[in-house]
Formats: sequence, C-alpha cells, structure tokens
Amino acid sequence: MVTAAEIRQFLQEVSDPEIPVLTIIDLGVVQQIYFQDETWIVELTPTYSGCPAMQQIEADILVKLQEKGISNAKVKHILSPAWTTDWISEEGRQKLRLYGIAPPVNEPDKSALFSDPPRVACPKCNSKDTRMVSLFGSTACKAHYQCNECLEPFDYFKCLK
Amino acid sequence: MQDPALFEYVLRLSDDSLILGQRLGEWCGHGPILEEDIALTNISLDLIGQAISLYDFAAELEGAGRNHDQLAYLRFENEYKNVLLVEQPNGDFAMTILRQFFFDAFRLPLYEALMQSPVEQLAAIAAKSVKETRYHLKHTSEWVIRMGDGTEESHERAQAAIDHLWRYASELFYEDAHDQTLQAAGLVPKMAGIQAKWSETVTAVLNEATLSIPTNNWKFDGGREGRHSEHMGYILSDLQYMQRAYPNMEW
Repeated sequence: MVTAAEIRQFLQEVSDPEIPVLTIIDLGVVQQIYFQDETWIVELTPTYSGCPAMQQIEADILVKLQEKGISNAKVKHILSPAWTTDWISEEGRQKLRLYGIAPPVNEPDKSALFSDPPRVACPKCNSKDTRMVSLFGSTACKAHYQCNECLEPFDYFKCLK
Repeated sequence: MQDPALFEYVLRLSDDSLILGQRLGEWCGHGPILEEDIALTNISLDLIGQAISLYDFAAELEGAGRNHDQLAYLRFENEYKNVLLVEQPNGDFAMTILRQFFFDAFRLPLYEALMQSPVEQLAAIAAKSVKETRYHLKHTSEWVIRMGDGTEESHERAQAAIDHLWRYASELFYEDAHDQTLQAAGLVPKMAGIQAKWSETVTAVLNEATLSIPTNNWKFDGGREGRHSEHMGYILSDLQYMQRAYPNMEW
C-alpha cells in the first residue's frame, strides 16, 4: 500500500492555482496525511480565511491522487494551527523571488498598529530602496510594492504570523 | 440543540462578518482608486471567509442539518443578529472607512480574547482571523488619519461620518442573557474589557487624525435581537436573490 510520505511526494506535483510556481507543499498548506477508516485524509489549512483558491486546491489534490491510483482520499479543512508564512519552504521562497514576487521578510513588531512598512528587496534588481504602494495587492496574501531603483512594480507576499 | 447560547453567540459573529463583507463587496469596481478598490474587496473576502468558518461552526452547534449556505442565504430578516453598524449604507469613502475602522477596532480585541476560549473551534477561528483583522485595522487607521489630518474637505467628511456612525458604536458591546451565560462559564470574554480596548484605539487614532469624538450619547440598537434598520431588507434581497429564485443552485 502507498504510504503517507509517497502521497506527500505526489502532492509536490500540485501547484497553487494563483501562484503556479509554488507547489502546495512549498506553500506549507498541507498538514497531516493519514489513513483512517479505509480512507486517506489530507489535512489542508487555508492561507487566508477567504482564499478562493482552497476549493480549487482541494479538487486538484483529489485529481492528482486519482491519477496515481488512489481513489479513497478525502481533503479535510483545518484551521488550527493557523497557517503562517513561516511555513513557506526555503525552496518556495527562492521560487517566489525568481517568479518576481518578493517573499515574506521578518517584519518588526507585528502587533503595533503603526510601524513602518517592512524593507523588502526588489525581486528584479535586489535593491532595498523600495516603497509600499498598497497594503493589499492582487490577492489577499500580497501587498503591492514598487522599486525606487529600477521602477519595477512587484507583489510582496505579506508576512502572516 | 446542546448549547443555544453558544449557537446564538457564533451566529452573531457570523452575521456581522457576512453583512459587512456584503456591504464592502458593493465597492467592487467603484473604488476611488484601483488600489483601494482592491483593498476593500480583499477585506470583504476575508470577512466572508471568516463568515463561512463561523457559519459552519454554528450549523454544527445547531445540529439541525443546515449548512453555511442555508444559514447565510435562507433566513428571514429578523433571524439575522448582526449589529446595525455593519448594515449601514456605504455612503462616501469616509463613511465606509469609518464604519470599517469602528468595526475593526472592536473585532481585533474580541478575536484576541477569543483565542483563549476553551471552545476549541471558536479559538481556532479567532486565531486564524486575528491575523487578517490586524491588517484591516492598520489599513483603516491609516486612512482615518490621512483623511482627518488631510484637506479641509476630507477632514469634514471624516468628521461627518464619525458624527453619523457614533450612534451605532455602543451596540458592538451589547450583552444579554446568552452572553452572560457564556461569560459565567468562562467561554467568552466580558464586553467591558473589549470596549475599553476599543475606546483606547479609537481615541488614539482620532486624536492623531485631529478628529473629535462626539459628546452625545444617542444610541441605536436592536440588531442583536433581529430588529434591523430599513437598509437590511435591501441587502438581503440582493444577497438572497439567487437562492430564493433558484433554490439550491450552485456555480
């Protein structure tokens, strides 16, 4: 019989529909995988509560496992522990950068209502001279930045902790 | 139903999120600038996402076989328990931002407190939502300051929004027998503590924005008991139209 580790390996082939360069394993949204009552359970945690990609990801997981000959699988949505950007793998961060999205950086005091926006390096020219255009970008998980050096507008994957 | 008080409590949280999310969604394609159009609808999406998790939990507590869609789309007006603040019309941009700011300043300390709740699912939803709410409050606070401490016109509009919405603020801290039952059991926080934190945030931001806090104590409430303002029916007719016209439709 297939093992949980093998299933995790298969899921490395399922990409995030909104950031196709990342797999759902890179993104860190797949939690426990286990066998229960003749069914493989894949635990999935949302990045943001309203993330519209979750249903698509669920369908993609089931299709991928079906392809691999596993038809007795189910996706279970869990909220706890809450997803954090810390779960994006090192490889995932590298892929994001190459794709033109600045990966999350450690932000100063997250609980402070007013703090300067984080210093984010431009994914194109690597300059630290960038500015935040808007706290909300093309998806809930991103902010919109622009590089003052090369003028490239880019997405920044917001730190969520 | 095992715990009617908890069901009622979760339903109130759900309805606040859904109705405010619906209101913000009306800005889609109408924002004053593209970035703000996107920000408002992003916040809307977070709120509707939180509403889905909350309705799922409410449905589980109810144990009557209803799901989140049925709770969201197939109840009558007097069965919705949201506060009046969230159903107020968008008005101008200042009105929308101030409404959101008052709400975020309430939701953040509430979620922070609920993270400690022994009701596991409620604590999990709060832990998930608190991170999103922090961004919302940051965003609306910055706008309140920019408008208040901006031009004469932006200041005037922000102040007018505060003066108009102030009457709906105290309802956020409404408590009745349901809340008291849950508070006595140590399941949810007392509203007095949440209100103190709300006042602290609101005072700090309005001071920074050179805006003044109204001195009148005129209060409106009724939403928590299902008595709504005249705006609620219009929201529901928009929200429920598809499910009422084509029962159980999906797309």
